[in-house]
Amino acid sequence: MAALRAKRAVCVDSITELIGNTPLVRLHHIERSCPGVELYAKAEFTNPAGSVKDRAALFIVRDALARGAIRPGMRLIDSTSGNTGIAYAMVGAALGVPVTLVMPENVTVPRKQVTTAYGVEIIYSSPMEGSDGAIVLARELVERHPGRYFYPDQYSNPANPGAHYATTAPEIWEQTAGRITHFVTGIGTSGTVVGTSRRLHEISPAIRCVAIQPDDAMHGLEGMKHLPSSLVPQIYDEGVLDDTIWMPTDEGWDMAERLAEEEGLFVGHSSGANVAGALRLGRELADRGERGVVVTILCDRGDRYFVPLRWERNYVW
Amino acid sequence: MPLVRIPTPLRKYTQGQEEVSVAGTTVGEILTNLEGACPGIRERICDAEGRVRRFVNVFVADEDIRFLQNLETPVAERDEISIVPAIAGG
Repeated sequence: MAALRAKRAVCVDSITELIGNTPLVRLHHIERSCPGVELYAKAEFTNPAGSVKDRAALFIVRDALARGAIRPGMRLIDSTSGNTGIAYAMVGAALGVPVTLVMPENVTVPRKQVTTAYGVEIIYSSPMEGSDGAIVLARELVERHPGRYFYPDQYSNPANPGAHYATTAPEIWEQTAGRITHFVTGIGTSGTVVGTSRRLHEISPAIRCVAIQPDDAMHGLEGMKHLPSSLVPQIYDEGVLDDTIWMPTDEGWDMAERLAEEEGLFVGHSSGANVAGALRLGRELADRGERGVVVTILCDRGDRYFVPLRWERNYVW
Repeated sequence: MPLVRIPTPLRKYTQGQEEVSVAGTTVGEILTNLEGACPGIRERICDAEGRVRRFVNVFVADEDIRFLQNLETPVAERDEISIVPAIAGG
């Protein structure tokens, strides 16, 4: 009988050692629409806290501890739309760093529950101001209470793209045996696309690296940022990108549904948008009669976005 | 008049205003009148068939209109209506 999956570490000293080295899944059903092109997705939902953000959170916290930036009695504070918060919560618990998160009040209930389970303190910002409102509130709190908080600021912290430069990119290169021709993924903080693209371009300048952004300020691709209407992250570096795809919400949502029904991959809407972007690139190649190996990211699982059932409909905010 | 709370990505249609007072007795009426006051805003909230887009959440007094009567949901004089988008990245 064939093995269930490729060999993984079976015994580690800390949950944080299970971050990264995520599998790459071929999307055989989706790629039927782009003959001659292989589509692969990196299953970041297999990280221990369930999303691609585990990588950045670990690198950010490890870097801060190494520099002595988190002193005894201090709490880590950052603003997040959800997944980074859950990742900080897990890494903080495992490494003994207390965590405070600033989130827009309309983050999904499961996210609030998961972060609370790890023992973090949550401070809510206005649901009308989105993630930029959370950023502004986190900055105010840090200013008001100097010495209480260590503020890593995931949007400006080089350890965020640094995590993907050091791990995600070489993993993809190795997993595709150097055959990757295109890398494409959405912008949240831009850490994944900037760090991975920077390294991939260094390894092989021929690889095309493409970012995805929602096509409008008013969008439903949770976790993705429409930069023309947002605070632009300091770590964002257009210089490492070859192109940007402007993704309609419906195209991303429809692909998320297809992934669950056709590939057995129940993932969030941002993952749907990523695969929709990968398929667009695949179709362009197929239309020109070219072959290619397109790689994208599955950021998290779909069950992180379940809305409350009717009898649970009392929203907290 | 009922008060409509406008999220950041839609404030370009309201000259930056965070709240707009709009007459109307149902959510549908209020969205129509809001469009009259702020041309272009309705298309961002509703699809071509006039339904609220599936990724936009509209609340009347903290209750999602999907769990009430959607666009037919009655709105009282002092009610607050909130239009809440998804959360951007990070």
